[in-house]
Amino acid sequence: MSGKEDFRSSFFEECEELLEQTQDGLDAMADDPHDVEAVNGVFRAVHSIKGGAGAFGLEAVIDFSHKFETAMDAIRSGNVDLTDDMLDLFRMCGDNLSDLVTMARAGRNNPTAASAELEERLLEITGDMQEEEVPDFNPVTLDLGLDAGLDGETETETETETGQGLLVYTVRFQPRAELFAAGNEPAPLFRALTRLGETEVAADISDLPALSDLDAMSCRISWLIRVTTDGGEAEIEDVFEFVEDCCELTIDSSIDVSGDLRFPDDGDLRDHGPDGVNIDGAGPAVLDMPGLGDLLPDLCGGAEGFGSPQGNKNEAGEARASADQSGADRKSAVAAAPAKQAAKTTKSSSTIRVDLDRIDKLINLVGELVIKEAMLSQSVGELDIARGSGVSAALDSVKQIANEIQEGVMAIRAQPVKPMFQRMARIVREASTATGKKVRFVTIGDYTEVDKTVIERLVDPLTHMIRNAIDHGLESPKDRKAVGKPAEGTVTLSAAHRSGRVLIDVVDDGGGINREVVRKLAVQRGLIQDTDQLSPSEIDHLLFMPGFSSKTEVSELSGRGVGLDVVRSAIHKLGGRVAIQSNPGEGATFSISLPLTLAVLEGMVVQVGGETMVVPISSVQETIRPTAEDLDRLGVDSLVLRNRGELVPVVDLGAFFGFRSAPDTLEDHVLLLIAADQGPRYALVVDAIQDQRQVVIKSLETNYQQISGVAAATILGDGRIALIIDADTVMRDLGSGGPGETSMKMAV
Amino acid sequence: MQDAILENADRDLEVVAFRVAGQDFCFDLASVREIRGWTSTTALPHAQPFVKGVINLRGSVVPVIDLSQRLGFGAADPGARHVIIIAVVANQTVGLLAEVVSDILTVSEADLQPIPEIVDETVRQFISGVLIQDDKMIRRLELGMILDQEGKHAA
Repeated sequence: MSGKEDFRSSFFEECEELLEQTQDGLDAMADDPHDVEAVNGVFRAVHSIKGGAGAFGLEAVIDFSHKFETAMDAIRSGNVDLTDDMLDLFRMCGDNLSDLVTMARAGRNNPTAASAELEERLLEITGDMQEEEVPDFNPVTLDLGLDAGLDGETETETETETGQGLLVYTVRFQPRAELFAAGNEPAPLFRALTRLGETEVAADISDLPALSDLDAMSCRISWLIRVTTDGGEAEIEDVFEFVEDCCELTIDSSIDVSGDLRFPDDGDLRDHGPDGVNIDGAGPAVLDMPGLGDLLPDLCGGAEGFGSPQGNKNEAGEARASADQSGADRKSAVAAAPAKQAAKTTKSSSTIRVDLDRIDKLINLVGELVIKEAMLSQSVGELDIARGSGVSAALDSVKQIANEIQEGVMAIRAQPVKPMFQRMARIVREASTATGKKVRFVTIGDYTEVDKTVIERLVDPLTHMIRNAIDHGLESPKDRKAVGKPAEGTVTLSAAHRSGRVLIDVVDDGGGINREVVRKLAVQRGLIQDTDQLSPSEIDHLLFMPGFSSKTEVSELSGRGVGLDVVRSAIHKLGGRVAIQSNPGEGATFSISLPLTLAVLEGMVVQVGGETMVVPISSVQETIRPTAEDLDRLGVDSLVLRNRGELVPVVDLGAFFGFRSAPDTLEDHVLLLIAADQGPRYALVVDAIQDQRQVVIKSLETNYQQISGVAAATILGDGRIALIIDADTVMRDLGSGGPGETSMKMAV
Repeated sequence: MQDAILENADRDLEVVAFRVAGQDFCFDLASVREIRGWTSTTALPHAQPFVKGVINLRGSVVPVIDLSQRLGFGAADPGARHVIIIAVVANQTVGLLAEVVSDILTVSEADLQPIPEIVDETVRQFISGVLIQDDKMIRRLELGMILDQEGKHAA
């Protein structure tokens, strides 16, 4: 049972990759509609999803991917020309397929609401193809829409004309029931073969039982296919790659073949006369079934394959070997099978799937190593060993190696942002449909690597920002034309590394932020006073204020009572910052800056009431040694600091956490000016600053619970735990208090 | 084989016995990960009084619970002789502060006696039964209740 679960989960993991490939292929198709490789890529990816889904009986996925695949096949075979509308449709199909997979993963195996409509539209594309796809139960010959006139003579001519490069392969293909159960069908396989060269297909119905004995679930028909191709055997094998485990397949080759494709006159294979079967159907390749076994030895070179319908792998292998000798300059198909195997191995060894827990365990251990190294250094330092001695030199190199290991391990968690960007592409499409605005979505820096957790937690804020850019940022096509912009708006999502941080920008070329409206709204909502003097940038940043929503009417799409403040707090939780830059008429840029990893943080180690705590450097604006002139008492307990013409409330950290009561005098204490991202700035009283260093973040919630005002914990050089202060929650607690409490009295 | 075990009503039970505030307690050995000497803790703000603070257990942050305080005997004054029993309860690792670990006992389930009805609520919520071993009475702790941070069950 658990084995099956394993397969199931690895199938879904694979699906994610395949869906990514689908998106990639569709992108490439959009760039170049004639990119055959791209079309093939999408086809293969969808096909693989279908195949896998078949193994797990995920009907909804199978049905939909089948139709999707058929449509891609129509494009791929050149029967249908790709239009922009189709591309849009395919993208929606990709999205829908992704939804179906997600649902199937959650155990729901039913079509999505969109499925039916999309399937119908897919059918419009493939209308004609579909009919071919589902042949009547006339198993004799299949008209695959090949070049007509493929009779024996023409065939021979072709061969003599083209001479050396071409080889004739005879493929015997007997599907087993599993092949159909897995959602595969012979016809597309044959059609795929036609792309390799001229192909003749004949069905062997000799094994068909009488109708009364027919078991509908088993396949008693086998096919003989003769392919004239300059491609290698491996290419033919590739066609059958997905089904090789659920069919009997033999491939033989021979150059000097002439005559019709025939079946051995093997009377005892049949339990009813051949006369009962109509074999002169519509197919151009006329089969003359009875009495022609003599041609066969030629056909199959070694004569193995055909004699036994169950031609097993060994035989196929021998046949291969014989093919190789004749195969002229083809890259030694001698090792066709092994080479293919090798190629697969190389491919799979370039990346490995590792359970995230294992990596996290490693990260923990390396963190420990770094701490232990610090403890060791400290102890050695106390031993009074001469500087430059062997011990301290060795310690230094241990330290260096430990740091390198730490960086290396952290890098394992880093993932390219590409899959997330692809998800955003979908958001853009949906938003574009919902708003009726044409949007071109550009991504830059898809391969920028960011910590996996950061990527995961960025999805929601980015979704919000992108919807926002389309809904609020971009103008309607009419308005855009009026100001001389192309009707299609552009939203750019970019990622880059800069000085140890990750920068992610969402840029739109819309109308920019209408500062007058923003200002008016902010006054209306009581966020600012009418008389307040604000710089343009300050007005822009009002968008991040809680309770601000810039559209007068809450729109269907992005307005849900939550505004950009939610985005900002999500980014803050990741240790990041977000900023806006806007030029009226030219659009707006939302920039997110994030730490590379969530595992370490640059912190200021401080002493408070006998406890050691860590304040994230990112929130400390400056440190101040206060003098009596800087401080003013407001009321009995409240203290304010005068800083750059501003009155900043003073909060005693020790008292806030209940470690001690606020000191009477702040002399001998240090003030940390905390930059307010939410609400006003404030000054935090600590006893002393000890150090500034990188600390490894440890979760408190794993074994305990969240503590207000505390972001996480870390382990110091002496092995003791220090709490990391969450400057934002301290501020929030302060902000929620009344005016009289925005100071030291606030301390609980 | 499994059936045989299940059928055995006199199932053996391994417990670790320790002393808190002069009284003997125990809980299932299966929950115990290790026993450490006392190390000073880092205080947690806004914590309930019985949460002594957190310690570093090979890189994990583990809270330490003062059993004496939790069981209503008043705060312990931990010194070098105190021990911290590291236990895993409901997937969380916690340290339990005790005076001394006295023994690891193998007792039969049948030896467990229900606590008398007359005992008050506070005791009943933490103690699920008693064992009489020689002439000592060992109280069996209900760890899930001990760790209930919300104090929902506190009377």
